[in-house]
Amino acid sequence: MARRGWLPDQILPAPGVVLATLREFTASGELGDATLISLQRVAEGFLVGAGGGLLFGGAIGLSSRLNSLFGPTFLALAQVPLLAWMPLMILLVGIDEALKVILIGIATFIPVVLNVAQGVRDVPVALREVGRVLLFDPWSMVTQIVLPAAVPSIFTGLREGLANAWQTVIAVELFASSEGLGYMMSWGRQLFQLDLVLAVVAVLAVIGLSMNLGLTRLEGRLGRWQVRVP
Amino acid sequence: MTGGALPWRPLLVPLAGLAVWEAMSHIGGVSNQILPPPEAVAHRLWDGFTTGGLSVDLAASLMRAGFGFALGATSGVAFGLMLGLSRWAGRLLGPLFLGYRQVALFAWVPLLSMWFGGGETGKIAFIALAAMAPAAVNTWRGTRALSRDYVELGAVLMFQPLDTIRLIALPGALPAILTGLRGALIAAWLATVGAELFLDVAPGLGGRMNEGRETFQLDLVLGSILLLGVVGLAFGRLAVFAETLLLRKRTA
Repeated sequence: MARRGWLPDQILPAPGVVLATLREFTASGELGDATLISLQRVAEGFLVGAGGGLLFGGAIGLSSRLNSLFGPTFLALAQVPLLAWMPLMILLVGIDEALKVILIGIATFIPVVLNVAQGVRDVPVALREVGRVLLFDPWSMVTQIVLPAAVPSIFTGLREGLANAWQTVIAVELFASSEGLGYMMSWGRQLFQLDLVLAVVAVLAVIGLSMNLGLTRLEGRLGRWQVRVP
Repeated sequence: MTGGALPWRPLLVPLAGLAVWEAMSHIGGVSNQILPPPEAVAHRLWDGFTTGGLSVDLAASLMRAGFGFALGATSGVAFGLMLGLSRWAGRLLGPLFLGYRQVALFAWVPLLSMWFGGGETGKIAFIALAAMAPAAVNTWRGTRALSRDYVELGAVLMFQPLDTIRLIALPGALPAILTGLRGALIAAWLATVGAELFLDVAPGLGGRMNEGRETFQLDLVLGSILLLGVVGLAFGRLAVFAETLLLRKRTA
């Protein structure tokens, strides 16, 4: 459609044009640099959010006392659309790297906490009783019984967290950044270079797909030593 | 294990937080520019609703979210039905749709704003796009999981496609579709905030919040966050309520 000239390049460039742009920006290194920056932000924010989420989710999953203290507050705060925090955070910490790491961290934190807490809570009573019969101390109870049994939920949480982190980095970069894939897109939009915008979309699709595949592989590997309860 | 016995316990942490916040903003050390006291935020919200245009903003945002949701949810359910019921559509468009899902949602903002502009059309297009994906995925999943027997029964009775949808697919896949609609509602609300922040300035909570940021009115920013959270919560509750209502009817 696009090649026949039915649609001007500003509305929908031909796939060939997008491919050429993709090649051009890859060769110049700009696309690679932008991708690396975005990925690095995701990695930092994800590590912070997932680490915090595992601890907090595990804590409110294990202790009903902590859960009754913090659970409702957490759930209420989790209802706020993530982007709503952006203006506040910009006022508090500026628009530097900290902003990105904090927002990506929150984006990861929420699904990780929800899933980990649920997974830990749902550990079969039979398994816990085995631990009690064997006189496990709390530490081995957690490492040898609760954690392995909760692996599937933990993984679901991490996967959702990573997807959220990836969504967020693009949003934050569109709004407040001077580097990264999101910024590249908003730049392309300002110059009315739709081919550049579409080229970045293609890169995003490839990265999203490979993240998903990687996690599925990892999950399959970890799931092998997962405990099954009849 | 005494957690359930103390109904006031969930309030402890928020109240303590409020107290610390209150104390910090009064004792000093933190200027009111950085952290306005809670009553300033409450006051600001009250003012906004009585004299300022906050109710206009809230209505504009809700309207936008509603339109976008309606548009996205209907097209999402329709698309999901098509993917699930028609074999060639599932084979042809299914992988394309899954590929589309891998692209971060906000990546479509620049593209949509070039196609539809940054005004109301662009915003609603983005919200609709956000709402479409969860509706479509879940409807697709639900229709694919339909019992073969029912589908074959429909074939034996020589149902028209519309009858198949109305009498077999929709009732059978209802739980999955409702799950999808709930996801769509939440996504629509997130997208509303995003659209209002990223696209042209217009009445709406996101725009108001951005204005608060630019003019350094933290009470306005915090008040907007509170409102956005309350609406998000209300949407979630509403969806669950509608779900139980509809599903009860189904099984009864």
